[in-house]
Amino acid sequence: MIGGLFVYNHKGEVLISRVYRDDIGRNAVDAFRVNVIHARQQVRSPVTNIARTSFFHIKRANIWLAAVTKQNVNAAMVFEFLLKIIDVMQSYFGKISEENIKNNFVLIYELLDEILDFGYPQNSDTGVLKTFITQQGIKSASKEEQAQITSQVTGQIGWRREGIKYRRNELFLDVLEYVNLLMSPQGQVLSAHVAGKVVMKSYLSGMPECKFGINDKIVMEAKGKGNGGISGNTDSDPARSGKPVVVIDDCQFHQCVKLSKFETEHSISFIPPDGEFELMRYRTTKDISLPFRVIPLVREVGRTKMEVKVVLKSNFKPSLLGQKIEVKIPTPLNTSGVQLICLKGKAKYKASENAIVWKIKRMAGMKETQLSAEIELLETDTKKKWTRPPISMGFEVPFAPSGFKVRYLKVFEPKLNYSDHDVIKWVRYIGRSGLYETRC
Amino acid sequence: MTDSKYFTTTKKGEIFELKSELNSDKKEKKKEAVKKVIASMTVGKDVSALFPDVVNCMQTDNLELKKLVYLYLMNYAKSQPDMAIMAVNTFVKDCEDSNPLIRALAVRTMGCIRVDKITEYLCEPLRKCLKDEDPYVRKTAAVCVAKLYDISSSMVEDQGFLDQLKDLLSDSNPMVVANAVAALSEINEASVSGRPLVEMNAPTINKLLTALNECTEWGQVFILDALSNYSPRDAREAHSICERITPRLAHANAAVVLSAVKVLMKLMEMVSADTELVSTLSRKLAPPLVTLLSAEPEVQYVALRNINLVVQKRPDILKHEMKVFFVKYNDPIYVKLEKLDIMIRLASQANIAQVLGELKEYATEVDVDFVRKAVRAIGRCAIKVEPSAERCVSTLLELIQTKVNYVVQEAIVVIKDIFRKYPNKYESIISTLCENLDTLDEPEARASMVWIVGEYAERIDNADELLDSFLEGFHDENAQVQLQLLTAVVKLFLKRPADTQELVQHVLSLATQDSDNPDLRDRGFIYWRLLSTDPAAAKEVVLADKPLISEETDLLEPTLLDELICHISSLASVYHKPPTAFVEGRGAGVRKSLPSRGVVAEETSTQQPTVIPNQESLIGDLLSMDIGGPPPAPAPSSNVDLLAGGLDVLLGGGPEPGASAAAVPGGASGLLGDIFAVSAAPASYVPPKQCWLPADKGKGLEIWGTFSRQNGQPRMEMTFTNKAMQPMTGFAIQLNKNSFGVYPVGGLAVGAVGAGAGAEAALPLATHGPVQRMDPLNNLQVAIKNNIDVFYFACLIPAHILFTEDGQLDKRVFLTTWKEIPAANEVQHTLSNVVGTADSIAQKMTLNNIFTIAKRNVEGQDMLYQSLKLTNNIWVLLELKLQPGNPEATLSLKSRTVEVATCIFQAYEAIIKS
Repeated sequence: MIGGLFVYNHKGEVLISRVYRDDIGRNAVDAFRVNVIHARQQVRSPVTNIARTSFFHIKRANIWLAAVTKQNVNAAMVFEFLLKIIDVMQSYFGKISEENIKNNFVLIYELLDEILDFGYPQNSDTGVLKTFITQQGIKSASKEEQAQITSQVTGQIGWRREGIKYRRNELFLDVLEYVNLLMSPQGQVLSAHVAGKVVMKSYLSGMPECKFGINDKIVMEAKGKGNGGISGNTDSDPARSGKPVVVIDDCQFHQCVKLSKFETEHSISFIPPDGEFELMRYRTTKDISLPFRVIPLVREVGRTKMEVKVVLKSNFKPSLLGQKIEVKIPTPLNTSGVQLICLKGKAKYKASENAIVWKIKRMAGMKETQLSAEIELLETDTKKKWTRPPISMGFEVPFAPSGFKVRYLKVFEPKLNYSDHDVIKWVRYIGRSGLYETRC
Repeated sequence: MTDSKYFTTTKKGEIFELKSELNSDKKEKKKEAVKKVIASMTVGKDVSALFPDVVNCMQTDNLELKKLVYLYLMNYAKSQPDMAIMAVNTFVKDCEDSNPLIRALAVRTMGCIRVDKITEYLCEPLRKCLKDEDPYVRKTAAVCVAKLYDISSSMVEDQGFLDQLKDLLSDSNPMVVANAVAALSEINEASVSGRPLVEMNAPTINKLLTALNECTEWGQVFILDALSNYSPRDAREAHSICERITPRLAHANAAVVLSAVKVLMKLMEMVSADTELVSTLSRKLAPPLVTLLSAEPEVQYVALRNINLVVQKRPDILKHEMKVFFVKYNDPIYVKLEKLDIMIRLASQANIAQVLGELKEYATEVDVDFVRKAVRAIGRCAIKVEPSAERCVSTLLELIQTKVNYVVQEAIVVIKDIFRKYPNKYESIISTLCENLDTLDEPEARASMVWIVGEYAERIDNADELLDSFLEGFHDENAQVQLQLLTAVVKLFLKRPADTQELVQHVLSLATQDSDNPDLRDRGFIYWRLLSTDPAAAKEVVLADKPLISEETDLLEPTLLDELICHISSLASVYHKPPTAFVEGRGAGVRKSLPSRGVVAEETSTQQPTVIPNQESLIGDLLSMDIGGPPPAPAPSSNVDLLAGGLDVLLGGGPEPGASAAAVPGGASGLLGDIFAVSAAPASYVPPKQCWLPADKGKGLEIWGTFSRQNGQPRMEMTFTNKAMQPMTGFAIQLNKNSFGVYPVGGLAVGAVGAGAGAEAALPLATHGPVQRMDPLNNLQVAIKNNIDVFYFACLIPAHILFTEDGQLDKRVFLTTWKEIPAANEVQHTLSNVVGTADSIAQKMTLNNIFTIAKRNVEGQDMLYQSLKLTNNIWVLLELKLQPGNPEATLSLKSRTVEVATCIFQAYEAIIKS
């Protein structure tokens, strides 16, 4: 298992060092610094073996987090755990930075003591940790409270404590989708998939049992005509005939969801943590409506000039508005000047990014606009040809490009006197760009 | 209130100051001081001098302060064992505290203090904590047992902690179960005896599967990893475990998913392949594996390394998922390279068009390694997917036109392979290749180009000029290029003898007279002799048809792959190496292997490790042999005449004309082995060395070997050649159980073998080892270990080395026994190419412990009655019928154990021909 954990700043100075196992010596700290942080070339692997000692590292904003071991550990678990530590630290003191880590090193040691025992990860749910590891030191809790803490840390429902009360029972569902696209210059879709997640914010009293329904193809076909809806469902789609379904390639759930029940009955039931959490993640590849299409036209005119024309088409219902649209058109390294004309939004050549950045605040569906640029190039003697990186774009649209729909979310709390009807529910759909690239 | 100020104390007299602060009466000040101490400790300053003062702060009701002091204790207790004792009382007291958090903290910390005297005191509190009413304390105590085992395994075993830990497997709290499983797994793996101390049985497994649904994500990983070590009794049990584990594939934690994949992959081996379960599982495995690719890049990397294994083991699972492995522009380089690897593996006729389009795109990227790999991948596609070859070649040509130096070089290296795969198809592009001759500066590319020029000399008008231009700087070339040049010029000469005589003489003199490289010199001499004695034979040897090259490259060796499948998600699967390669000592655990599925699986598993060289690989791939490092040259005399004379004898009256011709390109080692065998007469026959482990299968280690019998003891004789870049050390050998109970006496006397060097080893064998019937009977599976890896191969023991010296039967006994053995136990065999008289044959036989009892002449035929005894006391009686002038002889064999007949016939043939 994990033998030790080190945190370094970008210079390789140790900020946190915690050794869990006897086989890891102090020199391991230096070995990683010398061989990885101070290494000349770019990092070629997140796992490094130095003198029969393995180092797993992740780097976030100038901070290196490294786990060390001499055993044949579960590598996926080590990385998941390192990411979890980042998560825990962020929820305790915000951004991961040298400053913040130094400011909270006592807290970090306390956390590391709790969530990793002899190299074995323990309960690392921030909600639970916060009940007994606080920056003020432990409050002298009463006996009952202590028992409650321990039962929760080890409990079957380790993510929620008993006795939560709200005057108004409310829940928010955000369906957040990232559309990923790789398109050839000729407009052929090379690969496209949607990575979606459902983020839930729950403010519910007691220990509510929730049941969540979506327009998953398997469920819908099994049930025939399913019934049910949800308040605030703004996006009913009359254009398509019948009920649209989504084919989900794969989905993953928060640990609160009863997986065995999903496997057998295909129903998503759970007792939610209090506050915000990610209920599920899913991936779809079929019938994705691509909100935007980029059509590039690049012409090299001699050795010192290039002409670029980019047409942008929005491809969704005219009543909807796309926002935060940004198209990034890479330019050669030897660009000396750029003349730009665009019909809509603002475009600028950013030398530091080697790209033309074209921003449009809003754009309705089924519209078309374009940008033309003349790029002047410096004559260079470098033999290396400029390899055109793809044109990437960013956007946000108010619908789910995969066709994902929430059908219902029912809440049952038998012990308290509120019913499903008393809960106020909100649903929002957001489609964002993931890696949305068109080769040119 | 920030803590960063503690990092900035660098004043003089700091320790002294801290000391006084630690002893302060004010609680706050004390706490501040301890924080400063911890900060100093973190940055690596030695603050062990403050030990007594810090320990004094331990008795406090402030939990934060207590934790800090404990942290300090864990770090320094080992260096101050005597003073650490001072802390014991507090620990013991804390273990009785009313607050479960404090009880757990105490037992957790105590286990981390590796001081004998403290460990003694740990047992009682630990025993209590394992039965504590609070699950939080129990789960902490469970891990503490593993800590104690690490310090003193005997104490854990003697004090009955194992049983207590086992009881925790049925605890009502899932997290306690999970930690208990983790601790037990670790103890099992580390167990001194190498055998698990606590066996998992079906009821325990059932409890674990129940706990699996309820514990934390990490607990699920522990349980799944433990399940992967369990082998169900039958297919039905495997089936039910599979069903209960499949839901885990939808977990958000990649480690849970991968561990579940590991268990499922392993269990799928147990269920017969055509059942519905296997196809359902195959279908269910694909989506979660694909989803892992949208995780953080580090997790993606681990996933990709594992997918690489899954694809090799079960190519069907992901065969339709090519697109998800397309490289994204912003992927980190390590993700890109892994994706590319998997793309090549998944390439098939159905998706080749897309793949090629992508690869072409990648070949224009920035990262040099990545581009090279992409170019190489295009070549692999051409070889793997035949209909795409044409497009691949034209893509490669386009890339050559870009004139980017490393792209061109890489392209030429792969085109050489394409030529090999599709002879007489794409040679029209040679002229384009020749245009780039001058830009090549890497040895591999230059060698490939020279090979192409030599191989197709008849189609390249100015081949002589091209090669001549290379010769100018002959001595500055890499050895690999020099060897290729030599071969290429000889090829050219054989094809166009008229106008290249001068050239070939030039290159031969360069190679034989002006070079220090024994390999080059030897090859030069061989060519020289060949050309001067028999140009026709030379043509046959040098221009012989080359064996086909394989379609897949970089495939893992099947046994290693199976082992790695058992280690999915672990570091071993990331490194693609068995744990023994990177874990020290007992932590490496027992070697894991996939469960077998009755008879069918067994059969395949015995065949898997075989790399028995067939005729093809013996003759070898001319090119790959050329490129390897120099094989060992035992005492190469620089005296030209002597060596040439030796070779003359060899080629003229050599022992085995066919074999020696075949071995010519193999360099000196095989030939010299033969010389020794011949000159060492009269002795028993020693077959020429065969390549048991080719360098490309042995990560650079090449082993040639044979068997002999000397002074009544069988021996294994091996030549080790290190063709890798790094020295090899720590050689060890192991033989699998075999039909004749052959096992090594003493170790392998091979020390370190430097890069490019070689070593000889003779391993005496004994024959009373454990016996297991092999097929063929004389098959021997060998494992060779060195610092790099463990390699497996199989070879055939020539039966005659197992013939004992006391195999002579009395005449009468022979007669009666011959009559006693039923006719059903008689086997006949015809020997061909028999030369020599009955007497000379009998003499040869005697040297090999085949004793002639009597000789008769019946109607012009010579009858030899012979007997022999195998080391396992099987008597064999034979009758050999020879006709003078007839190269065919009839051999009849009688034995109570007639199965040995085949090996004996083989031995006869070999001996007669020797």
